[in-house]
Amino acid sequence: MTAISAPMMPLEVKGGAEPPARRQLVSSATLGMLIFIAVELMFFAGLISAFTIVKSTAPPGAWPPPGQPRLPLELTGITTLVLLCSGALAWLSWRAFSRRAATARVTRPLVAALVLGASFVVVQGVEWLRLVGEGLTMRASTYGSFFYMIVGAHALHALAGLAALAWCWRRHAAGRLAPSSFAAVLALWTFVVALWPALYAVVYL
Amino acid sequence: MTTTTAPHHADAPTAEHVHDAHDAHEQSFFTKYLWSTDHKVIGFQYMITGLLMAIIGGYMAYGFRMQLAWPGEWIPGVGFLSSGRYNAFITTHGTVMIFWFAMPVLIAAFGNWLIPLMTGCDDMAFPRINRLSYQVFLISAVVLIGSFFVDGGAFGGAWTAYPPLSSKATMNLTPLGSTLWVVAVALEFVAFLLGGINFITTAMNARAPGMSMMNIPIVVWMIVVASILFMVSVGPLVAGAAMLVFDQQLGTHFFDPGQGGDPILWQHLFWFFGHPEVYVVLLPAMGICAEIITCNARKKFFGYKTLIYTVFATGIISFFVWAHHQFVAGIDPRMANVFTITTLIISIPIAEMLFLFIATLAGGQIRLNVPMLWALSFVAEFLLGGVTGIFLGASGSDIYFHDTYFVIAHFHYTFVPIAVIACFAGFTHWIPKMTGRMMNETIGKLHFWFTIIGFNLVFLPLFITGAWGDHRRIYNYDHFPDLTNAAMQDLRIASTVGLLIMIAAQGFFVWNLLWTWLKGPPAGDNPWQATTLEWATTSPPGHGNFHPMPTVYRGPYEYSVPGAAADFTPQHLPPA
Repeated sequence: MTAISAPMMPLEVKGGAEPPARRQLVSSATLGMLIFIAVELMFFAGLISAFTIVKSTAPPGAWPPPGQPRLPLELTGITTLVLLCSGALAWLSWRAFSRRAATARVTRPLVAALVLGASFVVVQGVEWLRLVGEGLTMRASTYGSFFYMIVGAHALHALAGLAALAWCWRRHAAGRLAPSSFAAVLALWTFVVALWPALYAVVYL
Repeated sequence: MTTTTAPHHADAPTAEHVHDAHDAHEQSFFTKYLWSTDHKVIGFQYMITGLLMAIIGGYMAYGFRMQLAWPGEWIPGVGFLSSGRYNAFITTHGTVMIFWFAMPVLIAAFGNWLIPLMTGCDDMAFPRINRLSYQVFLISAVVLIGSFFVDGGAFGGAWTAYPPLSSKATMNLTPLGSTLWVVAVALEFVAFLLGGINFITTAMNARAPGMSMMNIPIVVWMIVVASILFMVSVGPLVAGAAMLVFDQQLGTHFFDPGQGGDPILWQHLFWFFGHPEVYVVLLPAMGICAEIITCNARKKFFGYKTLIYTVFATGIISFFVWAHHQFVAGIDPRMANVFTITTLIISIPIAEMLFLFIATLAGGQIRLNVPMLWALSFVAEFLLGGVTGIFLGASGSDIYFHDTYFVIAHFHYTFVPIAVIACFAGFTHWIPKMTGRMMNETIGKLHFWFTIIGFNLVFLPLFITGAWGDHRRIYNYDHFPDLTNAAMQDLRIASTVGLLIMIAAQGFFVWNLLWTWLKGPPAGDNPWQATTLEWATTSPPGHGNFHPMPTVYRGPYEYSVPGAAADFTPQHLPPA
């Protein structure tokens, strides 16, 4: 809008040279997702602080409880790397998408991110079955309770993130994926991926 | 930075939005009032549900106050109150009044009404998430009420739900009720998360052109900051609630000290949320009163920026005071010292806000209409609540006052001004806008005076009995000879009589509602000669709110500007 077509444009308005449009910090979808992620971050902060308090007040030698199975350090270390790769691939897909690259260059890393993320969840599930079989259950000890609580909460978020990635894939295949939607989903998946190493360090190490 | 003409068309425009963006069309009752995405309708849904829940909470208060005044006697409308039902009543009273009355009315109802109207946009940023928010909220209310009808009855472990009382069915004797209580609260949180995401996003992204951050009306800022506080604090409590449900239903031992758990852990998780929650409801109430006081003092708000920065400071400090609820829970005395200091510090920004209100009033041409009476009484009554809080925030005196009726009186002197007084202030101020009809001033003043007199009569005696050592959480004082002397019982009866007056006074409110509905005079666009954007449109605003969409040229409180044509200059008025 030029000054001629807007004779009433006042001088006091900050940035008066700009057209009178609604200014957005970031797209609404991304802002909403970032707020949601902040909530989830505090949720996990609550779980981790609770875990840390109970762990630090346990009598010497009682943590982890004797007679309970140990958590699979090495295997989970590998799956951690798998999950990190998944996050990187999702970003590669976003980069191709935002540069309006050919469909295949968006889809391929996206599907790879999906597969790696799904394999992370599947390996976790298999490990859970093994641990439950060896006697580490939610009821057996607070150690087990916290393990399933924290890792399970993360797994639920991972499943939600995978569903969102799959939705992006379908929308993109149909040619109807809005950049703001993809950005919001990417933010969610980045949160899931970036949170995991912290949880691994606190719960497993 | 993206720029768009209307907020929610930016992302994935659906057929529904393109279709009904601005043109109202005939809808069935169901789609118009029950399945609507219109923020005004959702605001009404929240307001009506909140007020109905307040009736339930008030009924509970009536039941246990009658029991306390005349222990063991038959109560009209309640019957004999057993100790189990008494516990369920106090628990549900607290839970309902905070989560199902104060929050839906102050944040959700006023947030839904005011944020789009005051920021000059056609609807919330995510209208369908907004609708989902109310639906989840309604389900949560149903679950809570339903818990009264399950085996064992409703949860009776106080609204703070401390374990092990809340976690072990062998102790609380409500095996299902306690879980339903947690589930209802958790659902309610989901509803407010969805709502809060909407409020923040709308206020940040969808404001009318020209409305800078420092041109946003105070109440919008307050609701936004309150939403942020809620969001940041609620996560740990949701984690705690999940752990509590697992303890109740799956047999885990998160809060069982005998099995490696820690019951104090719950108190930390709860109060890390619970204290910011005080400011979650306080800030919108203060925002509502700020709008009304400025409008009716016919003066620019004194220190707008100071207030906004003070609100941010309050929000941050509110995360560092939670353990003042736990001074007698066995926490380290050095930690108690730290929390005493932070608690005393947070009274400074709150006092500063009240001073700003008073400075706004000073020298103004004050109109004592009904909303103004409510807003002024908010300042006066909340002050009493705040000052008595100093005694409880200091760990030394709190050890004596803890769990006495002094705490109850203090808490209600903060909370009744917030939930009841500010709610009525906002209701009487904005209902002409939302319905297009004026309320009756005379009935409104009767309602005001009887409510205020009743309220003070309820809680002033409780300060005294509390100072005498009257312990809360006692069902029947006949078993405690030290606490049954005649003077204390007289004060308890006075308090109950005050409650009866307060409840009866709401008859005036119902009368006023009916009067307004049947023969309220038309309000016109701007009955209070106010400056903010919601008064720039019709009363009630049509679908899409503004035709045409407004542009903002100045700050929100340009009252009595020297040289101006009128004593108020609306935000949307182009400069001459």
